[in-house]
Amino acid sequence: MDYFLQQLINGLTLGSIYGLIAIGYTMVYGIIGMVNFAHGDVFMLAAFIALILFLALTQLLGVGSLGLALLIVLVLGMALTSLWGWVIERLAYRPLRGSFRLAPLISAIGMSIFLSNFVQLVQGPRNKSLEPILSNVLVIPVGSGSITLAEKQLLIMVVTAVLLAVLWYVVRHTPLGRAQRACEQDRKMASLLGVDVDRTVSLTFIMGAALASVAGLLWMTYYGVVSFSDGFVPGVKAFTAAVLGGIGSLPGAVLGGLLIGLIETFWSAYFTIDYKDVAAFSILAIVLIFLPSGLLGRPDVEKV
Amino acid sequence: MSTPLLSIEGVSAFYGNIQALKGVSLEVNRGEIVTLIGANGAGKSTLMMTVFGNPRAREGRILFEDKPITDLSTHAIARLRIAQSPEGRRIFQRMTVLENLQMGAAVDGSVNFDEDLDRVTRLFPRLKERLSQRGGTLSGGEQQMLAIARALMSRPKLLMLDEPSLGLAPLIVKQIFATLAELNAQGMTIFLVEQNAFHALKLAHRAYVMVNGVITMSGPSRDLLARPEIRQAYLEGGRH
Ligand SMILES: Nc1ncnc2c1ncn2[C@@H]1O[C@H](COP(=O)(O)OP(=O)(O)OP(=O)(O)O)[C@@H](O)[C@H]1O
Ligand SMILES: [Mg+2]
Repeated sequence: MDYFLQQLINGLTLGSIYGLIAIGYTMVYGIIGMVNFAHGDVFMLAAFIALILFLALTQLLGVGSLGLALLIVLVLGMALTSLWGWVIERLAYRPLRGSFRLAPLISAIGMSIFLSNFVQLVQGPRNKSLEPILSNVLVIPVGSGSITLAEKQLLIMVVTAVLLAVLWYVVRHTPLGRAQRACEQDRKMASLLGVDVDRTVSLTFIMGAALASVAGLLWMTYYGVVSFSDGFVPGVKAFTAAVLGGIGSLPGAVLGGLLIGLIETFWSAYFTIDYKDVAAFSILAIVLIFLPSGLLGRPDVEKV
Repeated sequence: MSTPLLSIEGVSAFYGNIQALKGVSLEVNRGEIVTLIGANGAGKSTLMMTVFGNPRAREGRILFEDKPITDLSTHAIARLRIAQSPEGRRIFQRMTVLENLQMGAAVDGSVNFDEDLDRVTRLFPRLKERLSQRGGTLSGGEQQMLAIARALMSRPKLLMLDEPSLGLAPLIVKQIFATLAELNAQGMTIFLVEQNAFHALKLAHRAYVMVNGVITMSGPSRDLLARPEIRQAYLEGGRH
């Protein structure tokens, strides 16, 4: 029982990070119908930015308080990563809007390769690591045994929950969120109502990148290791999460993220760690056979 | 003599190589109801959309309140307070009725939202009972009402309607036309595209007839209504 609960906590932690990344895939897909393959690399870039900022603050500038350092990293990292998200859309995707369907996808793959190579060149190919932080654990007795909840796990889950609540509010109840949903459904009509579609798409990329930036920081905090290739596997898993939950659906992205995190963790815990990725992708394949539009995706049966 | 509110001067527009509008000129004066009638594929909807720059006029120019708008982006044109209820209604299906109306009000930052909501729901009481219903689940007539109400939420200086009677029962059509007359009596300038030529000509002050992207006739609606060629082409055997 305690082993099970322990894996549950670990899985939810990992799943939170996947969920945050998955939102960026799903929102961009929702609004312009393209898979932003560079999003995983934006996440990787964000993890590097977080690492560099964190080291600069604590070691060069001597910021003593861990909390303050993390807060500054959070805010600065979000700003820098959002800027990247914006630049990518402007340079690589917007000029191709309205051309053939595959063009932005190819451009996205190019951007993804560019980002990972760029980081590899400037940061070197080896893993960068960090002294463990926030590793104190809360020991919670359960029955005869006990489970542990590390501070950083708590941080990851709390930050994710808060961000999701903010995001939900923005999308549901603000003019920006309404404009995003309107553009998702009918861009032409939205423009007839005075919505600046290009600006709304830009802001969507910025929001996705900002969430990926937080995911990058949390990843860096959790594992203490980042590599230029981290855009790929976590990126693909987050994308899988978005598809599993139903691409275009925000709650779907979160649910998908949590499920992928849990599947991966439980598979490693009860079977073998070697096939954990295969397990996650197999579940995706099975779900898509029965629910082609994902768990919470909207089947395309609208009356027109 | 005041200049027209909307003035379309020798406008041509294309879809790829297909020319949909061929040197169209048309004016809408303040306080008027002007209607544009014509057969399927004449280019009526294209003209409505060309006013919004989508497709853009390749020749000629479009003036709104004496200022050229030919090169503005679609959203910038909408922000000048020109509202359109487009062909096919284009309700946001997965948004509630209230949210659709909020989208209509977005142009002016929703400053008068409550007041405007009150006004349009008085015009269309059926919408009031359905504010939290999703747009896509409304009936066709309700969707049409919502499309007009949404356009009204921005307090437009010019209201453009593309076939508001399409697919509706005669009673509802009558209601919608009565509402348009009421709005006009309160000072709203209306530009109306219709296939239901009889109703449109009865309602409008002036009318234009379009054939294959060219305006072939224009004048006071009463005069057009009396012309035998109009009666033959658009009224007799048509939907009354
Ligand atoms: N997106 C488009 N791409 C290519 N051709 C188009 C497009 N939209 C309209 N057309 C063509 O332009 C011409 C004018 O179409 P338009 O929709 O303006 O006609 P209409 O007068 O509104 O007709 P209806 O009464 O059937 O609505 C038609 O020949 C149509 O096929
Ligand atoms: Mg039409």
